[in-house]
Amino acid sequence: MIEIKDIEKSFGDTKVLKGISTTFETGKTNLIIGRSGSGKTVMIKTLLGIHAPDKGSISFDGRIYSKLTRDEKRSLRTEIGMVFQGSALFDSMNVEDNVAFPLKMFTNKRGREIKDRVNEVLERVNLVDANYKFPNEISGGMQKRVAIARAIVNNPKYLFCDEPNSGLDPETSILIDELIQEITREYDITTVINTHDMNSVLQIGEKIIFLKNGIKEWEGTNEQILETRNKSIVEFVYSSELFKKVRESLLEEDEEERKQDLNIKEE
Amino acid sequence: MIKEVFNKPTKWSVMKSLILKDIDDLIIGSMGIVAFISFFIGGVVAIQTALNLTNPLIPKSLIAFATRQSVILEFAPTFISIIMAGRAGSYITSSIGTMRVTEQIDALEVMGVNAINYLIFPKIVAFTLYPFVIAISMFLGIMGGWLAGVYGGFVGSDQFLEGIQTDFIPFHVFYAFLKTFVFGMLLATIPSFHGFYMKGGALEVGKASTTSFVWTSVVIITVNYIITQLLLS
Repeated sequence: MIEIKDIEKSFGDTKVLKGISTTFETGKTNLIIGRSGSGKTVMIKTLLGIHAPDKGSISFDGRIYSKLTRDEKRSLRTEIGMVFQGSALFDSMNVEDNVAFPLKMFTNKRGREIKDRVNEVLERVNLVDANYKFPNEISGGMQKRVAIARAIVNNPKYLFCDEPNSGLDPETSILIDELIQEITREYDITTVINTHDMNSVLQIGEKIIFLKNGIKEWEGTNEQILETRNKSIVEFVYSSELFKKVRESLLEEDEEERKQDLNIKEE
Repeated sequence: MIKEVFNKPTKWSVMKSLILKDIDDLIIGSMGIVAFISFFIGGVVAIQTALNLTNPLIPKSLIAFATRQSVILEFAPTFISIIMAGRAGSYITSSIGTMRVTEQIDALEVMGVNAINYLIFPKIVAFTLYPFVIAISMFLGIMGGWLAGVYGGFVGSDQFLEGIQTDFIPFHVFYAFLKTFVFGMLLATIPSFHGFYMKGGALEVGKASTTSFVWTSVVIITVNYIITQLLLS
């Protein structure tokens, strides 16, 4: 479990995070959503230790990050898997070497053992026969799978994903979402996903926090998000034409049901 | 940055392959252009010296002497280092800069890897072999001078061989290799710094490479002056 308490972060005079507190639970897909510029990326980078918070604390299963020594922080980072927005695969390495990288760096595993584990996770992310291809030779969806494989290969306790669906077609996005959720449950890890993709929110948002101008505006689940009357959430969720139309038809259905109920009562 | 390069080293089994790759990319990969430039510069120095020796009282062996001195003292260590700032320096800045803009450096840091050590230390080690490149450059420069001088009809082969042995001061070779070693360290660190700490996108990678080349050249020329002043004057 990751617990954050009252974190604040500024860049110059601009306050990006304004006292955010929440918990990200183990075995669940926790989503951070919000419009562009709401502070999502800064929040995830702060959780990862790339930015130090100006105020507040972040604890990973009771270990308060700011109180850890340099070596303890590095050790904690080996328990973290990260899927970057652009995948961030190492250009100079093929798929197999990219996935094997954390094992070569942080374990005493040797050749055959590493190869077996790499093949195991590549199979897990449904990526076979791509071991010797370089990142520029595979599609965006495949790159995301490799990034997920690299993130989970060393059995992390925490998995962070920064907009894992960006640049992917809707079908591949769904597959990636499902994959992340399955892995989260299977390995019982704490997954935090930064997204503004509403399909992901509805599909895998077991816990959602909504950021607006650096403030946590709302917190709930994917079921609660459709029922909330919070104005900012409604505007965000129904900002796309597709969702607007779905909402209008749902409201029409509700209205018809209400009328039918009234008619039944009158009769 | 320099302190961080030697802090929390990367596992030796991984580092070994990184060092070998950088030796291949930066040292062996540069040999072609270094050999080509050295050979022809040596030839040009010999021809220019020959054409300026109009006084019949000056022995022809001076052509070889001037070629040797020019190549060993300046052309090989300094001129080739400026070429290397363009060739290897730009490669270092653009490769590390691209890793920065595509979040590959963030990925390393998030994993708990000391990215500075991982990326820059192998380049520093690779550049400890830079004096070998310059030794080859010196040899080829003098060879170029010999071929241009002899086959251009400016000097006899015997006279040339006599000239390159005239007033030979071993300390000059030490001076040349000392500054070569210093230039090697500058070539590894300045472009790495510009690549590692760059901000922005693809356009900025190009700008960082240019800035890195300019700064590396300026520092090499300045350090060259300081070392020369300290050791030779």
